[in-house]
Amino acid sequence: MSVGHALLGLLEGGPRHGYDLKRSYDERFGADRPLAYGQVYSTLARLLKNGFVEVESEPGAGPERKRYAVTDAGVADVAAWLAQPEKPEPYLQSTLYTKVVLALLTGHDADAVLDTQRAEHLRLMRELTRRKDGGDLADQLVCDHALFHLEADLRWLELTAARVQQLAAHVRP
Amino acid sequence: MATEPLLVAENLHLRFGTTVALDSASVAVHAGEVLALMGPSGSGKSTLLHCLAGILHPDAGRVTYAGRDLTAMHDSERSALRRTELGLVFQFGQLVPELTCLENVALPLRLNGAPRRAALRSAAAWLERLEVSDVAGKRPGQVSGGQGQRVAVARSLVTRPRVVFADEPTGALDSLNGERVMQLFVAAARETGAAVVLVTHEARVAAYSDHEAVVRDGRVRTMEHVR
Ligand SMILES: Nc1ncnc2c1ncn2[C@@H]1O[C@H](COP(=O)(O)OP(=O)(O)OP(=O)(O)O)[C@@H](O)[C@H]1O
Ligand SMILES: [Mg+2]
Repeated sequence: MSVGHALLGLLEGGPRHGYDLKRSYDERFGADRPLAYGQVYSTLARLLKNGFVEVESEPGAGPERKRYAVTDAGVADVAAWLAQPEKPEPYLQSTLYTKVVLALLTGHDADAVLDTQRAEHLRLMRELTRRKDGGDLADQLVCDHALFHLEADLRWLELTAARVQQLAAHVRP
Repeated sequence: MATEPLLVAENLHLRFGTTVALDSASVAVHAGEVLALMGPSGSGKSTLLHCLAGILHPDAGRVTYAGRDLTAMHDSERSALRRTELGLVFQFGQLVPELTCLENVALPLRLNGAPRRAALRSAAAWLERLEVSDVAGKRPGQVSGGQGQRVAVARSLVTRPRVVFADEPTGALDSLNGERVMQLFVAAARETGAAVVLVTHEARVAAYSDHEAVVRDGRVRTMEHVR
């Protein structure tokens, strides 16, 4: 999971304090793994160093009173992340779910995120299918195992694609 | 791709009453390629396939086959083209129940004027190619779903068409059987140089294609940019 991208995406809604940002992340994506404060601040520090966020300090404020705003470079980084398919691997759905929600929140094409990922999965499935058809029984069984898993991911992608409108209504305030 | 596509649909529109089935759908099929049409139920896949095959006539837009405008052709010309250069495989009921499987496969050749014996010989070779020689003498009602689909595939390829259209060709089969049908289908199509346009909702079937195009709300999104 790319926490940095998720935070940047959330900041596209407007500048926020680190605490706010953590809460918002946990609400949307942290069901089984809320962020630790340390991780929030270390991630923000990295984003700051890379020029993806900037800080609006309030007078006399300590570190926890800093407000973070996403920069143009940060917005571009989120867009690039959304456009890039994930490497197909098990338990991808939480990353993909995050991407779809963030695409909806930031006004990107959520269908495109899903279609790009489908294309990436299919590309690998084609490769495995070729290897399977040319292989012995052991190859076939190994490839089939991977194919069934990728197929399950794809079915989830289809299901999500069919429900994007519903999800949009749900995630947008 | 450098070469001209063999079959092109441009901005197809088609309504059934108030239902918009195609809404500016465009897609290109290259000679010898296997293209999978995917997308949710009701998105317009079958409608698009039927337009590409010249079975349905779009309200607007154009289908061009080998440089010829399919949409502007006379019905007779279009049916002649369908008989000689295009092949079809559907999920159900495409075999003539009164004929044996062998006669079913020979039928397209007979309709094109081939002599009976030559047609039957050719049909037998195709049944063998699809590994269903044993059902040659049976009627479609007496064979299994998987065998029936192989016979249908054999029939679609017997005329050595340049494009074969298949709508969920493995839809009713279990995954092992469906995959074997796809394997044989795609191998045979590649051997004859036929392009295949395949509608499927199954990723494992689509994995036999070279490319996919996603149909959604009557439009097509090709995935060229991620290749
Ligand atoms: N003959 C028809 N009369 C009226 N409406 C039709 C007809 N054929 C298709 N439609 C409608 O057009 C739309 C597209 O249908 P189509 O059969 O092309 O979908 P599909 O993508 O093939 O779906 P599926 O995956 O379920 O086969 C649907 O809303 C369908 O109800
Ligand atoms: Mg259909």
